[in-house]
Amino acid sequence: MKIEDEKSFDELTDKEYKYGFVTDIESESLPPGLNEDIVRQISKRKEEPEWLTDWRVKAYHHWTTLEEPTWAKVEFPPIDYQALSYYSAPKQKIDAPQSLDDVDPELLETYKKLGIPLGEQEVLAGVATVAVDAVFDSVSVATTFKKNLEEMGIIFGSFSDAVKEHPELVKKYLGTVVPYKDNYYATLNSAVFSDGSFCYIPPGVRCPMELSTYFRINAANTGQFERTLLVADEGAYVSYLEGCTAPQRDENQLHAAVVELVAHKDAQIKYSTVQNWYPGDKDGKGGIYNFVTKRGHCRGDNSKISWTQVETGSAITWKYPSCILKGDNSIGEFYSVAVTNNMQQADTGTKMIHVGKNTSSTIISKGISAGKAQNTYRGQVKVVETAENARNFSQCDSMLIGGKCGAHTFPYIDISNPSAQVEHEATTTKIGEDQIFYCNQRGLDTEEAVSMIVNGFCKEVFKELPMEFAVEAQKLLGISLEGSVG
Amino acid sequence: MALIEIKDLHASVADKPILKGINLTIKPGEVHAIMGPNGSGKSTLSNVLAGNEAYVKTAGQVLFDGKDIDDLAAHERACAGMFLAFQYPVEIAGISNMYFLKAAVNAVRKYQGKDQLDAMEFLDLIEEKKKVVQIRDDLLARAVNSGFSGGEKKRNEIFQMAMLEPKLGILDETDSGLDIDALRVVADGVNALRSPDRGFLVITHYQRLLDYIVPDFVHVLVDGQIVKSGGKELALSLEDEGYASWVEEKGA
Repeated sequence: MKIEDEKSFDELTDKEYKYGFVTDIESESLPPGLNEDIVRQISKRKEEPEWLTDWRVKAYHHWTTLEEPTWAKVEFPPIDYQALSYYSAPKQKIDAPQSLDDVDPELLETYKKLGIPLGEQEVLAGVATVAVDAVFDSVSVATTFKKNLEEMGIIFGSFSDAVKEHPELVKKYLGTVVPYKDNYYATLNSAVFSDGSFCYIPPGVRCPMELSTYFRINAANTGQFERTLLVADEGAYVSYLEGCTAPQRDENQLHAAVVELVAHKDAQIKYSTVQNWYPGDKDGKGGIYNFVTKRGHCRGDNSKISWTQVETGSAITWKYPSCILKGDNSIGEFYSVAVTNNMQQADTGTKMIHVGKNTSSTIISKGISAGKAQNTYRGQVKVVETAENARNFSQCDSMLIGGKCGAHTFPYIDISNPSAQVEHEATTTKIGEDQIFYCNQRGLDTEEAVSMIVNGFCKEVFKELPMEFAVEAQKLLGISLEGSVG
Repeated sequence: MALIEIKDLHASVADKPILKGINLTIKPGEVHAIMGPNGSGKSTLSNVLAGNEAYVKTAGQVLFDGKDIDDLAAHERACAGMFLAFQYPVEIAGISNMYFLKAAVNAVRKYQGKDQLDAMEFLDLIEEKKKVVQIRDDLLARAVNSGFSGGEKKRNEIFQMAMLEPKLGILDETDSGLDIDALRVVADGVNALRSPDRGFLVITHYQRLLDYIVPDFVHVLVDGQIVKSGGKELALSLEDEGYASWVEEKGA
C-alpha cells in the first residue's frame, strides 16, 4: 500500500540543475579584490571616456561609506567583497566580435546548449521574433539582428558598444533612474559594472520583435555586475526579455545587476524576466546571491511600464522591480511569480511611487514556497501629495507546499493625498493532499498534479509573459518544484 | 476472470481499525451495491481501493484485473482502469475542467500505451461523451468543480468517468445531497455506461439510488464487515426494516 513515494520524491529532489555545466573557456580576469585602482582598470579595459571613469570612482568611494542592508528577511554568511573578482571576460580578439564568425565556438556551443539562438538564419525565413544580446560572464558576446533594428533607428546591443557609439545617450540617461548613491548593491554595480545591454527606441517606433538579453555566469569566484539601460522615447513601444542561468558550483556567486528603464510621453515598456540562476543544492550549498536593483521611470504623460518576473532560481533573491509614476496618467504594473524550494530564500516585491495625476498601478504577486524555503513579498505603494486621483490595486497570494516552508507578506502603504484609492488583497493557500489524491485518481502522478495546480495558481502572471517565455516558465516551475510534495 | 477480488481486507484510518475482513468479488458486467449505516466503513472501502494514503491497508489482499493493488500507486490504479466518483469532489482553482480532463485522458492513454489525443481529437471525444452524459459547456470551461452546485459536481464526476472509460467504476455515495432530478441524471449516466466488460461498485446509504441503478448484488456493510449479501430485493427489505437489526445483532 505504501508506494515508494518517499524514495522517488528524494530522487527527484536530487534532480540536477539542467544548466549546471561549466564551459571550458579561457578567460581573462582581474585579480580578486576591490579598490580604486581596480575600478579604474575596468574602465580602462573598456576604453571608457573620462566622465564614466569618474562616475565609477565616485560610486566606489560612496560604496566604501555604506553598509550592507540587513532589513530583508534573508539570512546568509557575510560576503567577503575583497575575495571576489570583479571582471572576467572570455579571451578572444581584443575588439568585440564583429560577427558571429568571430565568436569563440565554445561560447556559441554554450548558448546552443542553453537553447538561445545566436544565429540569424531564422530571419531569412522571416520567422524571427526575438533579437538576442548574450552576456557571458561580464561581457556581451553577441547581438543578433542588430542591423535590422538599426534600419528602424533602434539601438540595441552591449552597454560597452553604446558607450563608444552613443556616448551622448548613455551620458544623458545613465544613473537618472537608479542613481549611483541608490543602495549598497546598486552603488557597487555603478563602480564595477562590466557590461550589459543598452537599448534605445526612437520616437514613434514600435519595436517589431522581442528584444532579449541572456545572462550567463560561468567563471568561478566572479561577481557579475551587468547594467541594463532601456529608453523608450515618445510614443515608442518595446517588449524586452531577460533570461539567466549559471553553472552549478559549491561556492555562492554574487550577481548585483542594475536595470534602468525610461519611458517618455506615450511610451510603453514591457520588461519580462525568467530568472533561473543556480539555486544551490538541497542542503543550501552554493547558488547565486541575486541582489538586483530594477527601476522604471514613467517620465512622460501617458507612459506605461510593466514588469513581469518569474523567479525560480538563486539561493537568495533580493529584488524589487519598481515604477516611479511621474507623468500624468502613467501606469505601472508588476506581475510576479516567485518560487522557492529546498533552502532557497526570496525577498521580492515592488515599489509603486505615484507622483503624477491620475496615475495607476497594479501589483499581482504569487509566491510559492516548498521544502524549507522562505518566501517574502515586500511591497510599497507610495502616493505623494501631487498625485491627485492615484489608484492602486495589489493582490498578493501565497501558496505553501508541505509543512516546513514559510510565506511572509510585508505591504507598506504610504499615502499623502486623500484622493488616492488603494486596494490590497492577500491570500494564503496550501496544496491539499485531497487535491493531489483527486488528481492521482484521475491518472495524474503527484508531480504532474502539483505542476498543474501551481500553474493554475500562477496563471494571471503567466498570461502577461510573451508566448515563448510563458511556455518556458511553466516548464521551469514544474522542474523547480519537483519532489516538493512528500 | 474477476475484475476485482477483495480477500479478507482490513484497513485503518489514523490507527483506528475500520475494515475488519471484507470479502467481495466483482466480475465484468456486474453491478454490486454496498449499503450500510453511517460509520460502517463504506467510504473507507472506496478510498482504500483507490489508494488514498490517509487510509492504510493492514491485512488481506486485493487483486484488480489480476494485479495486486499493493504494487500500484493511486495514479496507476486509475490508469489501469479504476475510477472513483468522489463523495465530495475536490475544487481546483485556476485549472479549467477541460484542461484537467485532457491531462487525465492523456495520462491514462499513455499508461495504456495508446497515442496522446491532440486538441481536435479530444474535442471530438468530448462531443461523443456528451451524448452519454449531458454536461453544459460552461461547466467544462470553468475551473475544476469551482463554484459548482452539488448536483453539477456529481454530474461532472460521471462525465469524467465516461471520458476515462474505466473497467471498474466505484461510486462513493454519489447520491448524497442530490435532489431527485439530479439523482436521475447521474443514474442515467451510469446506466448508459453499463456494459458487459465494465463493473460497478455502488456505495450508498439509501435504497433510493438503487431504484435507478438496479444492482445485480447487494451487500450490507456493518462495522467493517459484510453481514449479508443478496439480490436487488435485499435493498428493498432494508428500506423497510432499516439497519437496526443488523447493528444490534453485530453488537450482541
